[in-house]
Parts: sequence; C-alpha cells; structure tokens
Amino acid sequence: MAGTVPLNVPRLKKSVSSPATRESTAVKWVLIVAAGLVLFWLIALPLIVVLTESLKKGWGVYVAALTDPDAASALRLTLLVAAITVPLNTIFGVTAAWAVTKFRFRGKGFLITLIDLPFAVSPVIGGLIFVLVFGAHGWFGSWLSAHDIKIVFALPGIVLATLFVTFPFVARELIPLMEDQGTQEEEAAITLGARGWQVFFRVTLPNIKWGLLYGIILCNARAMGEFGAVSVVSGHIRGETNTLPLHVEILYNEYQFSASFAVASLLLLLALVTMIIKSWLSRKNAH
Amino acid sequence: MNVTTTAAARRKVLPGFGLTMGFSVLYLSLVVLIPLSALLFNSTGLSWVKFWDVATDARVLASYRVSLTTAGAAAFVDAFLGLLLAWVLVRYEFPGKRMFDALIDLPFALPTAVAGVSLTALYSTNGWIGSWLEPLGLKVAFTPLGITLALMFIGIPFVVRTVQPVLEDLDCDMEEASATLGAGRFRTFRSVVLPELIPPLLTGFALAFARGIGEFGSVVFISGNMPMRTEIAPLLIMSKLEQYDYAGATAVALLLLLISFLMLLVINSLQRWARKTSR
Repeated sequence: MAGTVPLNVPRLKKSVSSPATRESTAVKWVLIVAAGLVLFWLIALPLIVVLTESLKKGWGVYVAALTDPDAASALRLTLLVAAITVPLNTIFGVTAAWAVTKFRFRGKGFLITLIDLPFAVSPVIGGLIFVLVFGAHGWFGSWLSAHDIKIVFALPGIVLATLFVTFPFVARELIPLMEDQGTQEEEAAITLGARGWQVFFRVTLPNIKWGLLYGIILCNARAMGEFGAVSVVSGHIRGETNTLPLHVEILYNEYQFSASFAVASLLLLLALVTMIIKSWLSRKNAH
Repeated sequence: MNVTTTAAARRKVLPGFGLTMGFSVLYLSLVVLIPLSALLFNSTGLSWVKFWDVATDARVLASYRVSLTTAGAAAFVDAFLGLLLAWVLVRYEFPGKRMFDALIDLPFALPTAVAGVSLTALYSTNGWIGSWLEPLGLKVAFTPLGITLALMFIGIPFVVRTVQPVLEDLDCDMEEASATLGAGRFRTFRSVVLPELIPPLLTGFALAFARGIGEFGSVVFISGNMPMRTEIAPLLIMSKLEQYDYAGATAVALLLLLISFLMLLVINSLQRWARKTSR
C-alpha cells in the first residue's frame, strides 16, 4: 500500500535503444504533447487557479487575508501540530525500521501491514475513532469531563488525529531502504567494538539520511495539510482549534473566496517547497 | 559464510531488538490499533439490528454507490492517462522533463482542501473550464462527474509511480526481437510491452481506487453533497457525527473500513504477483 512513493523511483536515465524499438518522430511528439496537455489540465491548471483566484481582488485583500488574526492563529496551530507530530512519528519510523530490517522474526509481514494501515483507512475514520475513544460518549468521555480534560475539539485531539494519518510516512520510506542495505556494515562496526548508539549514528544514519529526510518532509506536508481527520476532531472553533486547511474551508463557505484562496496559496507554497526538496533529494540519492 | 549462520548470528550481534520492537509495538497500539478497535468495541449502543438498519438505509447505500462508481471511474481513466505519462517520462527526452516529473507528485504533497477549492473554482459555471462546458450542456461541479475529476487528480500519481519503475526495468531485447520478426511498433507495444505492464497497471488502479474511496477533502467542495446523488460515504460519516448519531456514523465507518481492508488484501496480492512476473 502506498500513500507515497519510494525515493529511488525517478531515475530518468537516458534510454538506449535501437531504431527498431523507437517510434517515429511524429508519434513521439504527438505522445509528448498529449502527455503535456494531460499534465497541464489535470495538475498544473488547479495550481494556477489558486494563484489567480487569490489575487482576483488585488494584493490588499490578499495581504489582509494572511494577516487576519484568525489566519495567524490557524498558522500557529498548524505549525504547532506539525512540530509535535513529525518528531514523534520520525522516532517511531526509525525504531520500527530498525526492528523490522535488522532482525528476523515471525510475523514481520503482518507488522509491516499494520504499519501501513493508516494509509488504507479513510481520514474521516482516522478522526472518528478518536471521537469514539475520547468524545463525550466515548470510552473515557465521562472520566475526562469529570477531570476537566479536553481532548476532542481541542489541541490533543488534533494532534492524535494527525499522528494517525501521518503514522506510516517515515517508516514506509526507511523500511525498503534499510532492507536493501542489509546488516553487514552494522555487524562490522559491532565486531570492531562499537556500541549500539555509535553504530546507529556513525554507520546507519549516514546511509539512510536522504531517505529519512524525504520521509520527514512528506510526513510534514501531510501533517500541515491534513483536512478530513482534523475536521472531525477540531470542532472548528475560530482562533482556537482551526488549522490552515480548516480556515480555507471556513472562508470558502462564507463566500470569502479571495481570502480563502489566499490562505490556500500558503498551503500551495508548502507543497511546492516539498516537491523541490523531493526532487533535490532524489538527485542527491542517485549520485 | 552461508545464509543460516548469518541469520543466527544476526540476532546475537546487533543490539536493540527488545527496545525498538517494544517501542514500535507500543506506539503502534496506542496511536493506531487501540483507537481503531474503538470502531468494533464501541460504546455507542450499536447493535447488530441497528447496524443492519443503517447499512441497508437507502441514503447509506446511495453514498456507497456514489463512492464506488466515482472512485472506480476515476481510477479507470487514471490507468490510461497514467500509462501515457509514465511512457513519455521513461522513453523520451524533451525540454522541461524534470518539471514534468516533479508535477506528477504534486497531488501527494498538496493539501486536499486546496485541491478541493481550486477544482471547484475551475469547474463551476463561471470557472475557466466550467464556463466552456456549460454551453455544451455539461455540468461538472456539484455532479458525480466533478467528484470523478477530483479523484482523478488525487489518484494519477499512484498509477504513474507504479508503472514507471517496471517500464524502466523492461528489457529492449524483446522489443527488438519483435521488430526483427516483422511486427510494427504498435503491434510490438500491444503484444510485447503491454502484457508486462498489466500487473503494475492493475496495482496502480487498485491504489488509486482505494485512495478514492476514502478521500474527503478534495471531494467535499466539488460534490455539492446532495444526499442520494453526490454524497460520498466519508461525508455521510461526517454529517451523522454532526447530528450526534454516533451509532450511525460507526456503522457507515465499519462498512468503509471493511472495503478498505479488502482493497489492502487485493493490493498486497497484486504487488506480490507484479514482483513475481517481473522476475
């Protein structure tokens, strides 16, 4: 299951082939132009629309939308949630990848399937389950309200839902990478007298750093951009439990389209930066 | 050194199995497994009778029909478009190829809500494409067609990135042999190349389909959310929650989860098959 792609995929190597296995130049260019049009229509056009719509009413409205106190608090919340969830899931990803790839044990395939599970589950379900556990009618609902602890419709709920949907990203990136690298270098380090942590930081980490970084930026992009799961647990309290994607929705439903697209352009920037780092990393990885 | 001795030695040599395994399983249980089990062992008073009532409710059935048909149609179209994109990306050199490659991943990185509002603006009756299609009598926004387009946007990278590596590893020898035996280029593609690409195409289709069934953010804006017509299953969960109908929401979610598990099984066996045929 994939919600992501392995880093080593786009090699873009030059294809060497004899004339017999090539199409005529005309066919070639028809296909390239057709593919270009598909890409422009399906993917590039929606991006351009975000920018034109956000600037439709001029820079004044654009700047006002981004400096609005509610937008600023949504941005702060989004950054805070990512700052909590990304490190936690990174630590999990590294430890899980170590356990899965450096040892042999029964049920390894099953464990990997369980790690992938959040990718297969609808994000709305990812939010719903935390309402069922911590909500007013949930397992711990009455205990939590008796002790005046808020989880659902507050920061902890948003963090939990985000942890769930971004759970597999780092592990998923590292497991195939570390599987390929095997255990010989680590074993050599141990034989030479290195301790466990030294082995990890001196031998394993330098080998996996680009893959790890790629997993982290994908995890971060999803953590900042998650909509469905967070929407269920947030309660949409303006200035309090609104993340940036939810703020886009609220403005849109209030027919403040330009403001909504202005906030959306901020998230688009996040996606573009993610893509740029990704292509830089895969070039780095290829060398 | 043979395989069995390395396997035996591995356990002794490298440290940290207990620690990393223990932490992984604990964290997995806390964040994923225990919360998910809340769907099964819930306290919302969902009995079998109630579950059956909700599951066979006309509006619920309609939402599943909308979800399955739009996700299926989107994944089907994506399989063809994805094949074209992967082919061009692997086989040809052309200016702007690097940007072409980067754009394909964008639906992975773009927050779904942004895709949702943007596609709605594009296809609404006064949008760039919507205003073109309206005189032709074609309405996209707030119809199942709009949902399908949003899911095509979300699903296309899955097909391209599954087909691409297989296409890259494909040996040109077979194609040369086919050409020397007198087959034209199209015939060679159809009878030599395409059969090799069927497993990854099916995997990509299944991945895009599975993602489409659960998708929420990009669909909720363009669908218009009309019960019986354009209401998708994840949205129905949401609206049941907003009416504090926890039992109903749980029932719809359980069905959706069941479909997801089935898809996960299908995808896993497809991937195993793809790996076997590529060797």
